[in-house]
Amino acid sequence: MKAQTSVSRLELIGLTKQYPGCLANDDISITLQPGEIHALLGENGAGKSTLVKTIYGVVSPDKGDILWNGKEVNIKSPSIARELGIGMVFQHFSLFETLTVSQNIELCLSKKQLSQIDDLDSRINTLSEEYGLNVDPTRYVHSLSIGERQRVEIMRCLVQSVKLLILDEPTSVLTPQEVSGLFDVLRILSKEGCSVLFISHKLHEVTEICDQATILRGGKVVDTCVPNDETPASIAKMMVGDLAEQDAGYSKKEGSKTLFTASNLSLSSKQPFGTALKKINFDLKAGEILGIAGVAGNGQDELMAILSGEDDRNVGSALLMNELEIGHLHAGERRKLGMAYVPEERLGRGAVPDMSLTENTLLTHSKGFVSKGLVQWQGVKDYTNQLIEKYKVKCHGEFSEARSLSGGNLQKFIMGREIGQDPKVLICAHPTWGVDVGAALAIHQALLELRDQGAAILLVSEDIDELFLLADCMAAVCDGYLSPQVKTEDTNIDQIGQWMAGTFINEQASTTQPQSPTKEAVI
Amino acid sequence: MILIQARTEPSNTMKFVSPLLAVTLTLIFGGILFTAIGKSPVQALQVLLIAPLSDAYNIGEMFVKMGPLLLCAVGLSLCYRANMWNIGAEGQLLAGALGGSAAALYFIESESIFALPLTLIAGMLSGMICAAIPTYLKLRFNSNLILTTIMFNYIALYLLIWSVHGPLRDPQGYGFPESALFADNTLLPTLFEDSRIHLGVLFALIASVIGWFILTKTHLGFQVRVFGADESAAKYAGFKGNKLGWLVMLFAGALAGLAGVSETTGPIGQLVPNVSPGYGYSAIIVAYLGRLHPIGAIIAAVFMAVLYMGGDLAQIEMGIPVAVVSMFQGVLLFFLLACDFFINNRLTFTNQATN
Repeated sequence: MKAQTSVSRLELIGLTKQYPGCLANDDISITLQPGEIHALLGENGAGKSTLVKTIYGVVSPDKGDILWNGKEVNIKSPSIARELGIGMVFQHFSLFETLTVSQNIELCLSKKQLSQIDDLDSRINTLSEEYGLNVDPTRYVHSLSIGERQRVEIMRCLVQSVKLLILDEPTSVLTPQEVSGLFDVLRILSKEGCSVLFISHKLHEVTEICDQATILRGGKVVDTCVPNDETPASIAKMMVGDLAEQDAGYSKKEGSKTLFTASNLSLSSKQPFGTALKKINFDLKAGEILGIAGVAGNGQDELMAILSGEDDRNVGSALLMNELEIGHLHAGERRKLGMAYVPEERLGRGAVPDMSLTENTLLTHSKGFVSKGLVQWQGVKDYTNQLIEKYKVKCHGEFSEARSLSGGNLQKFIMGREIGQDPKVLICAHPTWGVDVGAALAIHQALLELRDQGAAILLVSEDIDELFLLADCMAAVCDGYLSPQVKTEDTNIDQIGQWMAGTFINEQASTTQPQSPTKEAVI
Repeated sequence: MILIQARTEPSNTMKFVSPLLAVTLTLIFGGILFTAIGKSPVQALQVLLIAPLSDAYNIGEMFVKMGPLLLCAVGLSLCYRANMWNIGAEGQLLAGALGGSAAALYFIESESIFALPLTLIAGMLSGMICAAIPTYLKLRFNSNLILTTIMFNYIALYLLIWSVHGPLRDPQGYGFPESALFADNTLLPTLFEDSRIHLGVLFALIASVIGWFILTKTHLGFQVRVFGADESAAKYAGFKGNKLGWLVMLFAGALAGLAGVSETTGPIGQLVPNVSPGYGYSAIIVAYLGRLHPIGAIIAAVFMAVLYMGGDLAQIEMGIPVAVVSMFQGVLLFFLLACDFFINNRLTFTNQATN
C-alpha cells in the first residue's frame, strides 16, 4: 500500500494563518507519503478547512512552507495547485448549476489538459465505469442531488489525473453502499500512488480506510495516530479532549396522538430530473421521531418541499396537521400552525448569508417579536444572544453575518432557532451533516428534548447510524416510494438497507391493492 | 505585490466610503475632461458644484430639482432591495404627470378644496398603473422586468406627447403642444416666499422617512430585504414573494407618479412635453449612491440636483455643453460600482520577494 519512497508527496512545515479575531492554523506540520490515505480530524472551527484551502491555493499562509515532492512550492492559486496535481472536493460544491456535468468538468481543465483528451464525454463515461461513480456527462447540474453533485466533483479531479486528492467530508452525503464505492475508488487511487487527504467526522470510516490521522484542535496539531490501532471512541476523545462522551444509545419512546398525516401523497416532479412522489403515507405522532432513510435523490427533497409548503402546489387533504387540512396552505401559514423546518441547505435557504444572526432569527421566528407589523428588534437581539449561548454558536456576536459562521455553527444556530419555536411538528433534514462530534451531541439532545416535550419529529437523513440512534420509528424512501413504518427496535440496518434499495415497492403493491377508494391527490 | 483578497465580512466602512470615493474620482475625471476641452477645471467645477449652492435662489432651485429625484429614488431603493429591477421610474413619473394633468384640467373651473388632493391622487394612481402592468407580466409570466419597465418609459412618454398635441392641448394655445395653465386651485402651494420650493419637496422628504421606516422598523420591510437578499430563504420562511413584489412596485409607482404630478402642478403649472429631464433615470443613480437606503437617498438626491443645476449654470456661464451632466452621472455610477467591489474585497500589499 504505502510506497515508502525517500521523497514525501507533500510536506507542510509550520503553516500559520491568522484571520481577524482567530488564529485558524497555528504552526502546523504534516507529511504525506505517496499513496497514503491521511485523515484530518477535528471539531468544527479546528482549522481543517483553512489548512486544506492553503494546500489547494485558496488561502495563502502567513508563515510556513509547503514542499511538493520534496521541492518548495508557492501555491498561489487553485489553478497552480491543479497543475501540480492537487485536486480538491469542497464541502460546499463549486459547480455551475446551469451547465452540464461535462461542461463543468471542462471548465477547470487547462488548455494543455484539454488537448490531451479527445472526447471528454467518453472519458467521463470510462472513468465513471472504472470507478463506479455513475456520472452522466450530459445531465445538467441543477437537476442533480447533492450526492450526485459530489460524484461530479470527484470526477472532476479524476479527469485531471491527480497526485493528491483532498476530500472535505466526502461521505456525509453518501449511502453506505456509495461510501464503500467511494472507498474502493480511494483504494485504487492509493495503489496507483495518489495520496488522499480525507476530512471526516465519521470515525469508523477513518479507522476503516485511513493509514494515518492528524488531529487538530484550536488550529494546532494535538495528536497523530494510526487509525487502525485506535477505536472510533479513542479518536473521538483525542478530537474533543476530555469532554468526549460518545453517544450511548438513547431511549426509544412510543408516540401518543397523531399530529401529522400524509395520506396517498402523490406529486409529479417540478424538475425534469426530479423524483415524483408516489402514494406516500406516514403518521407523525406526538413524542416520537420518525426517521426516513434513503439514498440521496430518491424523493427526499421533493418530499420536504411539499411537507414544508415551499412547493406551493395544492395537495388538499393529502396532508393533515392536527386533523386540519394543510395541503393548500403556504409555508408561512403552516409555520403559524406550529410547524418548524430545518432545510438541507443552511446557507442561502436556512439562513440569509448577508444578514446578521439577529435578522436570521427573525427570518422564521417572528412570533412575539412583531406587534402591529413593527419589529421589536431589541427583543430579537436578546433572544438571539440566548440562542448563541445555549447552543454554543461560535461567532463574534448576534451582529455576525450568517455567512461568516462555519457550517456546523450555523447548523447549531438554525436548529436552535427552529427548536426554540416550540414546534408541534418539526421537519428536519440532515440535522448533523458536517457538524462535529460535540455539536452533534448537543443537536441530538435538543431533538430528544423536543420529542420528550411532545413534538412530532420527522428526520430525513442519509446517515443511517444517526437515524438508528435517534429515531423511534423508521422508514426508507426509494424512487419516490416510502416504505412502511417500523419501530426501530424491530428492525435492523440490513432491512432498512434493503428498503433503501427498493425491495418494499413490489410487496407494497401486492398487499395494499383493495383499499378503500380514497381520492388521490395527484397533480 | 498587490493582492485582491475577499473579505471574510463585508466592510461597513467601505459601504459609506465607497460613494465618497466615487464622487472624488468623478471630480478628478471631470477636471481632466474640462482641461481637455480647454476650460479651466477649477472654474468649471466651481460653477458645477459650488455655484448652485451660492445663494438662496439657487438653493431653492436645487431643492425643486431634488424633489422628484428623491421621490423616485426612494421607491426604487425599495424595489431594488426586493430584487425588483424597476427601471421605469421615468415612465411612471410621466404617467403621473399625464394623469395628474388630466385631473387638473378637469378641475380647471372647480372651486372645491378637494381639487388638489384629487389631482395628486390621480397622478399617483397613474404612476401605479404604469408600474402595475410590468409587475403583473413579471409575476404572472416571469417576463423580464428591466425590459418591460424600459418599454413602458417610452409608452408613457409618447402617450404624454400625444396628449399635449391632442386631447389635452390648450384650445386657446395657438397650436403649441401645451395644456392650458392650471387653475390656482390645483397648483401646489410654495413653502417660502420668493422661492419655488413647493409642497412636493416636502412630500419627498416625508416619503424618504416613510421608506426608511418601512425598511428598518416593520416586518414587511424585513421581508422585502430577505426577499431581495435570498429568495430561497424567503420561500423557506414562507414570505409571499408576489405580495412583496406588488407592494414595492406599487409604492415606487405611486411615488414616481407623485413626482410627476408635483412637477406639473408645481414649478411648471401646466402639462408640457418635456416634464422631466430624465429624473427617473437619474434616480437609479441616486438610489445606488444612497446605498439603497431611503435616508441616504436624500444626500444623494441633493448631490444629483446640484449637478443638474450646475450643468445649467455651466452652459450659461462657460458654454459647456449640458451633455456634460449626463456624462458626469454615467461616470459617477461607473466609479460607484467599481468602488463597491471593495466592500467585499480588499487589497493587500505583501512582500513576496523572499520566495
